[in-house]
Amino acid sequence: MGHVTALQGYLLLAALLFAIGLAGALTRRNAILVLIGIELMLNAANLNLIAFWRYGPHPEALTGMMFAIFSIAVAAAEAAVGLGLVIHIYRFTQTTDLDQMNRMKG
Amino acid sequence: MQATISFTPQVGASAITQLLWLIPAVPVVASGVIALLKQPKRKTAATLAIGSLGFSLLLALIAFGHVVSGWSHGNAVRETVNFSWIRVGTTNIDLGWVLDPLSAAMLVMVCFVGLLIFIYSTGYMAHDENFTRFFCFLSLFAGAMLGVVIANSLLLLFMCWELVGLTSYLLIGFWYYKPAAAAAAKKAFLTTRVGDIFFLLGMVWLASGTGTLLFYNNGGGSMEAGALASLLGQHAAWGLTAAGAIGLLIFCGAAGKSGQFPLHVWLPDAMEGPTPVSALIHAATMVAAGVYLIARVYPLMAAGSLLGGSTTALTVVTWVGAFTAVFAALIAIAQDDIKRILAYSTISQLGYMMAGLGMGGVAVGMFHLITHAFFKALLFMGAGSVIHGCHEEQNIRKMGGLKSDMPLTFVTYAAGMLALCGVPIFAGFWSKDGILEAGSHWSVSKGPVALLVFGAMLTAFYMTRQVVYVFFGHWRGHKPAHESPAVMTIPLAILAFFAFVLGLFGTPAWPWFQGFVSGREAPLEIRGLFESNVLLVMGESIGFVFVGIVLAWWLYGGKSPKPDTPDVLEKAAPLPWAWLRNRLYIDEIYGVTFIAFYAWWARVADWCDRRVWGGAVSGVAIIFRGWAQLNRLLDANVVDGTFDKGCEELSTGGGLLSRVQSGQVQAYLRWLAFAVVVLAVILIWSSRA
Repeated sequence: MGHVTALQGYLLLAALLFAIGLAGALTRRNAILVLIGIELMLNAANLNLIAFWRYGPHPEALTGMMFAIFSIAVAAAEAAVGLGLVIHIYRFTQTTDLDQMNRMKG
Repeated sequence: MQATISFTPQVGASAITQLLWLIPAVPVVASGVIALLKQPKRKTAATLAIGSLGFSLLLALIAFGHVVSGWSHGNAVRETVNFSWIRVGTTNIDLGWVLDPLSAAMLVMVCFVGLLIFIYSTGYMAHDENFTRFFCFLSLFAGAMLGVVIANSLLLLFMCWELVGLTSYLLIGFWYYKPAAAAAAKKAFLTTRVGDIFFLLGMVWLASGTGTLLFYNNGGGSMEAGALASLLGQHAAWGLTAAGAIGLLIFCGAAGKSGQFPLHVWLPDAMEGPTPVSALIHAATMVAAGVYLIARVYPLMAAGSLLGGSTTALTVVTWVGAFTAVFAALIAIAQDDIKRILAYSTISQLGYMMAGLGMGGVAVGMFHLITHAFFKALLFMGAGSVIHGCHEEQNIRKMGGLKSDMPLTFVTYAAGMLALCGVPIFAGFWSKDGILEAGSHWSVSKGPVALLVFGAMLTAFYMTRQVVYVFFGHWRGHKPAHESPAVMTIPLAILAFFAFVLGLFGTPAWPWFQGFVSGREAPLEIRGLFESNVLLVMGESIGFVFVGIVLAWWLYGGKSPKPDTPDVLEKAAPLPWAWLRNRLYIDEIYGVTFIAFYAWWARVADWCDRRVWGGAVSGVAIIFRGWAQLNRLLDANVVDGTFDKGCEELSTGGGLLSRVQSGQVQAYLRWLAFAVVVLAVILIWSSRA
């Protein structure tokens, strides 16, 4: 491969971030850390949105920026809900270990 | 098929004719209202019944006055109101009512006698707990009877006729807890039904022969010349014309209702009902309905008669009537029950009316009907008063000497008895004389008139016997008798007055009624009384009546025998007495013939039901039961087995799938990540290609 363009660099960074987040979400036992991993994956997606906008055909239209802001807002709400659930579950079970939270099995 | 109901009164009928329907309708409505009353509302019930019939009487009198005034101006009134009741395709079924002398006279009689009997009933039934029900039935009966009278259509007449039969059943069986009363009601209903079947056949034949059941319809009715001519043209079996055959069929219905031999058996048993019922239904009105029916269809019966001759139908009517008159009078001689004697006397007098219709025409028969209604109602109510006074005793052998205990009842009863016997001046004399005189002119045979004269003697005999037993001699009962209250004796007095004077409207010197009914002038001619023929017949009948009375007085007068000793005639001739006593064994003959046949037939039907039809039904049931067993086996083994297996498989599959749902969030996440990787690989691969 030759040299790497700016867009490709951002995409690689985003892929790296996503992989780190995924690894965290899959391997950690602690629910909070899983949430953090998920946030990382979300931000990798956001980075992609921004990068594709900045280096896309219409960088002057601010669409990518708007998209990313919406996505961050939704992610914030989702994080709040997730944390709320985690706190509630913790009150019931006195643990945040996900392996022990299997009461929803079929 | 489209049926519509429409009401179009014919123009030209006078106001009273338009309103004629109110005469039967008001009592029927009153009866409906009374039916809704509670048992203790006695006064309301009686007031309603009497008030409604009083209103009908008022209307009837106005109608009568209208007809009389028309007649005195020289035109016979016959006004009809017809309307189409049901229209099916092109066929109309018409109903209607008619105001003519016949219906007007009958209306006044029924309303007047009915009203007196209603008033009398308030006294007679005063202690009965079902007083309101009684008045409900009475009112319904009166309405139905008035409907029969005004009907201008054989169909409407038949409907009211059946209603009359129904109320008669209800009233005879009024004391239904007495087995005898219940049986008598059933017998009356079934016996009259036999006649009604023939009536219905005649009606259907008339409808198909003439296309209409209306009697009079401006020349288009079935009793008018056109229809009669077409009926005369058609021939039925045995040399009868269709007119004659239909007439005879209708006469069968009339014979059932009017208790003519051989359908008379129900009438004596009907005496089980309360006495006012006997007076109203089985003396004055219902049994007269048969005679009235024959008078109504008289044009049909008389159609085709040559001048001065008679038709087959009328000849049959005459012979049946004359035979019944003597037959019933004979039985009446040997009866001891005060009401049964009167019942047989009624049958006998109805025979006179039928014979009068057959030999002398409508006027003669109807005149006897009207006078008889008054004096027979009087006699029955008198008998009721006697029974009431003697503490429900009905055996005349256990009475006696009531002349002094019940003077009012005695005087009125005597008036009725003299009228029935045909003692001169009294109503029955003139009307019976009219029949005998018509008979003496009858060209077919002198047989009926001879029978009727003999019957007159028998009538005088049994009535004298009864009166002597009841009112003369000395008291043979237990508790002393008492006179009845004024509410019962006043109607008696009114009827007695009419039993005395009514005949004066139909004497040979002044045949007012005969003229009125047949629409002729009726001048007052005293010499009419002294024509040789008239005098001969009168002399004959007076002579026979005199012989009857004297004979009975000689045999029974002043003896007062103990109730358990045999009757004078029984000692003289035990065998004929036993025959008469047992009503000539007619009931027994029916018992071993018709009833035995029906019982046998019922047993056959029962056997068929059990064995033949029952067997077939059980066979089918067995087949179906086998089929059901087979089905059950199939169900249990094949269908259920397959189904169970399927369920098991599903359940296992579900169990396997549920393993995937481990509840481990990260396991789900792993699946997601795996899927994303797979998707990414596919995307990359496809973009490469």
